[in-house]
Amino acid sequence: MAGVPNLADTPWLDPSSEPFIRLRGVTKKFGDFTAVNNVDLDIYKGELFCLLGGSGCGKSTLLRMLAGFEVPTSGRIMIDGVDMSDVPAYERPTNMMFQSYALFPHMTVEKNIAYGLKQEGVAKSEIADRVDEVLGLVELTDFTKRKPDQLSGGQRQRVALARALVKKPKLLLLDEPLGALDKRLREQTQFELMNIQDQVGITFVVVTHDQDEAMTLSTRIAVMDAGNFQQIGTPTEIYEFPESRFVADFIGNANMLDARVTEAGTDHVTVETALGTIRTEQGIQVQEGQKVYLALRPEKIHLAKAGDPVHEGNMQVTGHVEDIGYMGDMSVYKVLVNGETMIEVTAPNLTRPKQRSLAITWDEEVVLSWHSNSPVLLVR
Amino acid sequence: MGKGRSLFLTVMLWLGMAFLYVPMLLLIIYSFNYSKLVPVWGGWSVRWYKVLFESEEVWNAVALSLKIAVVNATFATLLGALAGLAMVRFGKFRGRTLFGGMLAAPLVMPEVITGLSLLLLFITLSKMIGWPAERGFTTITIAHITFSMAYVSVIVQSRLTGMGETLEEAALDLGAKPFRVLTDITLPRLTPAMVSGWLLAFTLSLDDLVISSFVTGPGANTLPILIYSRIRLGLRPDINALATIIIVTVAIGVAIAAFMLMRQERQRLAEEKMAAGP
Amino acid sequence: MSSVAADPMDPAPGPTQAGLGARISRQLQASWKLCVIAVPYAWMLIFFLLPFFIVFKISLAEPLIAAPPFSALFDLTEEGIVTIRIILDNFLFIFEDDLYIRTYLNSVKISTISTILCLLVGYPIAYGIVRSGEMARKLLLMAIILPFWTSFLLRVYAWMGLLADKGTINNLLISIGIIDEPIRMLYTDFAVYLGIVYTYLPFMVLPLYANLEKLDSSLNEAAADLGAKPIGIFFTVTLPLSIPGIVAGSLLVFIPATGEYVIPDLLGGGNVQMIGRVLYNEFHQNKDWPVASAVAIALLFLLVVPMMIYQRYQAKEAEKV
Repeated sequence: MAGVPNLADTPWLDPSSEPFIRLRGVTKKFGDFTAVNNVDLDIYKGELFCLLGGSGCGKSTLLRMLAGFEVPTSGRIMIDGVDMSDVPAYERPTNMMFQSYALFPHMTVEKNIAYGLKQEGVAKSEIADRVDEVLGLVELTDFTKRKPDQLSGGQRQRVALARALVKKPKLLLLDEPLGALDKRLREQTQFELMNIQDQVGITFVVVTHDQDEAMTLSTRIAVMDAGNFQQIGTPTEIYEFPESRFVADFIGNANMLDARVTEAGTDHVTVETALGTIRTEQGIQVQEGQKVYLALRPEKIHLAKAGDPVHEGNMQVTGHVEDIGYMGDMSVYKVLVNGETMIEVTAPNLTRPKQRSLAITWDEEVVLSWHSNSPVLLVR
Repeated sequence: MGKGRSLFLTVMLWLGMAFLYVPMLLLIIYSFNYSKLVPVWGGWSVRWYKVLFESEEVWNAVALSLKIAVVNATFATLLGALAGLAMVRFGKFRGRTLFGGMLAAPLVMPEVITGLSLLLLFITLSKMIGWPAERGFTTITIAHITFSMAYVSVIVQSRLTGMGETLEEAALDLGAKPFRVLTDITLPRLTPAMVSGWLLAFTLSLDDLVISSFVTGPGANTLPILIYSRIRLGLRPDINALATIIIVTVAIGVAIAAFMLMRQERQRLAEEKMAAGP
Repeated sequence: MSSVAADPMDPAPGPTQAGLGARISRQLQASWKLCVIAVPYAWMLIFFLLPFFIVFKISLAEPLIAAPPFSALFDLTEEGIVTIRIILDNFLFIFEDDLYIRTYLNSVKISTISTILCLLVGYPIAYGIVRSGEMARKLLLMAIILPFWTSFLLRVYAWMGLLADKGTINNLLISIGIIDEPIRMLYTDFAVYLGIVYTYLPFMVLPLYANLEKLDSSLNEAAADLGAKPIGIFFTVTLPLSIPGIVAGSLLVFIPATGEYVIPDLLGGGNVQMIGRVLYNEFHQNKDWPVASAVAIALLFLLVVPMMIYQRYQAKEAEKV
């Protein structure tokens, strides 16, 4: 998939490696509502694992079960080989960074961070050393005596992270860690978070609803919906090889077409769609005549004016530009093919719009083309 | 909701305020009336304040009422806080619905019913186990604690619900045992609610007439019982003087509290501004 | 999901010993929680719930000229079996006696009218406060709450001075020359309405304020944008949305007003009969404890429905937070 895998970096591909966190048949019900539905999951040491999904998909409940705030209705959770069923939150080797940060408003930054160590009965001098160390890590050394409401949002976020890290947990749980920050700060903090994880070597499990955040941060992502995992994989796997329509739609955009298999070869599959016969090079187990779906990402389609040269060997169809959305760095084109199927195509804006003669405009006849390994066939 | 009052609302507001405050104002003015007949103006004087201060009966009643109010407020705050904690933070337990009902009912229960039922309880108990041997301070205090703790628990419950559980969870997550979480996190954050609960319980106790007059015994006259026994027979200038003292004391107390609240608020705003700076 | 290892969750070997200590400490934690619940729970059971059973029991007893003036309801017979004598005479008595029925209806009438008056006075006040500027809002709210901290009894007393035949209002009207003879105001239904509205006004205004304050002002702007006039906006948007506040405020006035004793006694005198006053007098003057208890139980039945509505409302509000 992504070249020759290096097993040290991708332990999930190594059948002999031991998972660090193991969930088996974990279900959580609130009354009649099933928040998490019988899930299995393995997470390996040193991973930065993302639980990604919309609100109410069960990702936060799963995180809270790892932390020990919720007890699974059934199923088991093991962390580093220890069954967590009977272990209350305060005895678990996990720490959490809360979405709201949950900093104690009546304690200074220093006291907040020291709080967890005090509970362990760590010696005073050691507490001071460790607090200093972690404050250096998050670059907050000058703010030790402040109270949380005397800090900016970004500073609070780092105090929350420091407070969770200082106990050197086996597992750090982060609930929407960047959710409360504005866009620019969020992007900057994403990389800081990855660096910090690299330095401390703790396993992170991150809950987020932001796919960009998940794609940038994670070693692997679990896409959740309605209490179930839709797919678990690396960011590339999730984006390039979605296993279901839900995942293809949830992560990025995709043109989704109903398709019927006309030829199921070993190295390729041919399907019949509203755009005509399409050949894909995806090795997927299907039978002739089977109804499937074909997903085609807008950025994987090449757009050209009718008559311009097109890559040899690419699939191509002609269409009519119905609408253009200008987004600055790129534009979204809505192209009507065969007078009935609307296909979305994105193209970078290589030229300024002023040079009209070069750009594609409304009501123009265009040629859409793509490589035969671009479309993805989905059976569900 | 936005600003902008119509003329109608402004007029109603002023009328409403006049309705609330004119009677009290007149009460105060007539306390300085020399005349023995309250509504007949006989010139300014502080004669009735003197009468009031010289009355041993009044002093005794004030002392008893204050004693009851302080003991009541302290116990009610303690019990009410425990009850509030149990209701909001302990999840489901057996009998929770009944407990919730018992905590909410005293707020709307007619006082005559509460008073009657408590008196009958005390009488029954005293026949069965010989306690309470006589009615007075103890029985009134117990009665007051019973309804005051319900009020305190309501305040504590709404504060706990408003606070959410995240900070407690954070403390648990950092390894604090539940009891430590209570002392380190929950109680400090609950302090303002408990202070207002204490003040409310104190006031409710000072104010109560009906329940006290059911459960009191011979000789144990709280201030409201004393006032009531006097005004039942008509207007009394010394009661006007007493009312004035009470109203002024409360007004000063409330003003101080409001001033302190506002200062706190201003400080908080300043701190937030400081945080937004760097 | 790649590698699912072969040992699906065999009991972990290591930490059973650590688990034992943990279990003991958890037991301690549980008993600590039990104490927190038990103390206030026991208090309320003994001093709030138990008394009602006693009242109920006595309401079924026969009056005796003795101390205490009621017969025992539970008798231990020779075989050690508890027999219960239920005497509904007291209830029959209050239903047969015209006085009680009339008092009942009168109480409901007076508290209903007072509640409506209170709403009519309180709503514009609450709405006026909500529409005021931030500083004015704080001061006005404080002005509404302040009387609550002063003595209830003395606020009622203030009206005695105003309403008496030779009171402030009559004196004023006579001196201006509007009337020659004093108007009788004290010891009438009117005085009782006034007293209830005056003393219970904060209970009406505060829930209304809390409700109105939460309403989104953009709803008003939307209605105005769609062409509604201010009066129309009030009746089609604000008023319907403030119904929860109206219900809460009205119940907070209606329930205690129905059982009110002090106001009918001081401002209504002997002319206004209300159930709270009858109960008080039945107990303190007639010393008829069983009948007083029966009246209490009957009053409770009358108020149980509004109380439950209020409880429901409170629970719903608590959930919203």
